[in-house]
Amino acid sequence: MEDLTKILAEHLFFKGLSDDYLKLIVGCASNVKFGAGEMILKEGEEANNFYLIRSGKVSIQFKTPNKGPIIIETLGEGDILGWSWLIPPYIWHFDAKAVELTRMIALDGKCLRGKCEDDHNLGYELLKRFSEIIVKRLEATRLQLMDVYGNRF
Amino acid sequence: MATVSEIKYVKKDDTRDPMFPALFEIKGFKRETKDTFTVEMIPKENSGKFVFQPGQFNMIYVFGVGEIPISISGNPDDTSLLVHTTRVVGNVTNAMSKLRRGDILGIRGPYGNSWPLDEAIGKDVVLVAGGIGLAPLRPALYKIVDEREKYNKVVLLYGTRTPADVLFRRELEQWRARFDLEVYVTVDRAMSGWKGNVGVVTTLISRSPFDPHNTIAYVCGPEIMMKFTATELQKRGVNDDRIFISLERNMKCGVGYCGHCQFGPFFVCKDGPIFKYSQVKDLIIKWEV
Repeated sequence: MEDLTKILAEHLFFKGLSDDYLKLIVGCASNVKFGAGEMILKEGEEANNFYLIRSGKVSIQFKTPNKGPIIIETLGEGDILGWSWLIPPYIWHFDAKAVELTRMIALDGKCLRGKCEDDHNLGYELLKRFSEIIVKRLEATRLQLMDVYGNRF
Repeated sequence: MATVSEIKYVKKDDTRDPMFPALFEIKGFKRETKDTFTVEMIPKENSGKFVFQPGQFNMIYVFGVGEIPISISGNPDDTSLLVHTTRVVGNVTNAMSKLRRGDILGIRGPYGNSWPLDEAIGKDVVLVAGGIGLAPLRPALYKIVDEREKYNKVVLLYGTRTPADVLFRRELEQWRARFDLEVYVTVDRAMSGWKGNVGVVTTLISRSPFDPHNTIAYVCGPEIMMKFTATELQKRGVNDDRIFISLERNMKCGVGYCGHCQFGPFFVCKDGPIFKYSQVKDLIIKWEV
């Protein structure tokens, strides 16, 4: 547990969070490991966790009827995977698969959700941090949609 | 003020009129991806040598079709071979893509300034390439690899459309295999079998191992990609003065006479094509008329 406290405290995502909140979050954290090709989360399933990637690579993908899964984004060391646990209806909208052996810290979102409802300051702190990630990914998606390497640019 | 007739052309060693193309013979042709190709040429004159600096471009004349500017993509230390890599985007590049060994092209150049490699000595170097933008950066990378001891960390971030669009695949693999280069490749979209990275090239910047306060960045790709890249580099703490981008405008004469490539106070052909981001960032966001 001491290890997890140190890792989470040093991670950019949790930077500036009070010791009490950090302690509370560590209480909801556990180490997990996924082998290459293993599904981490599936579209349509209940979203009850989020993950901090410690090593490895995760592909966020979307099923298409005829062409099979399309990879939308790859996440790596230091990235946060999953925000649907925080936003109703708490359902995953994409699949996530380990591209290679991936070690992560899983955080119990269901438990944290309850704690955020009880303590709105904690809720604000977490939502603020997730908003930043969501905006960053939205910006990247916009650029991706522009297809900048096509003939138009 | 001098009249046009009084303006003297800048004479090069061979005293050639800069508007007069030299003849080059195609020695090699390679299709890189479905819409990009590389031509290797040798000069028919000038003792068979062609000297250039990384980042410079030539005006390439396909006889009977037209003339266009293309950056040089070969090794600056190999003066016997002139190498250009380009994408089929118009009439001239389309005609070029049909040329083969033995065909002749007209070349004017090299023109423009170069990537300021001297400024990077003792610093981390980050090269960010998007799509065909890897071609104008390749000569700089050859030079950096050749004089590797002069630089700290060297990071290449390359983004392209799909795995099938990855340029210079074999060389990327060779560079990635070296212990003294960090090479990251990402594509905008891929099917499930792709084991590499997916996402725009800007997403690699926050994960890359370089010291932003001691970094020089060279960026080449579509202008919109360079703009977003510069923003991400700034967020990491890289100063505007240390971000260099390669611009492309409607270059015609190549030597700053015709004014077709004017960009604010600059002629891209003569003052560029490489600019500090601080010089052009305000111009890039302006609507052009």
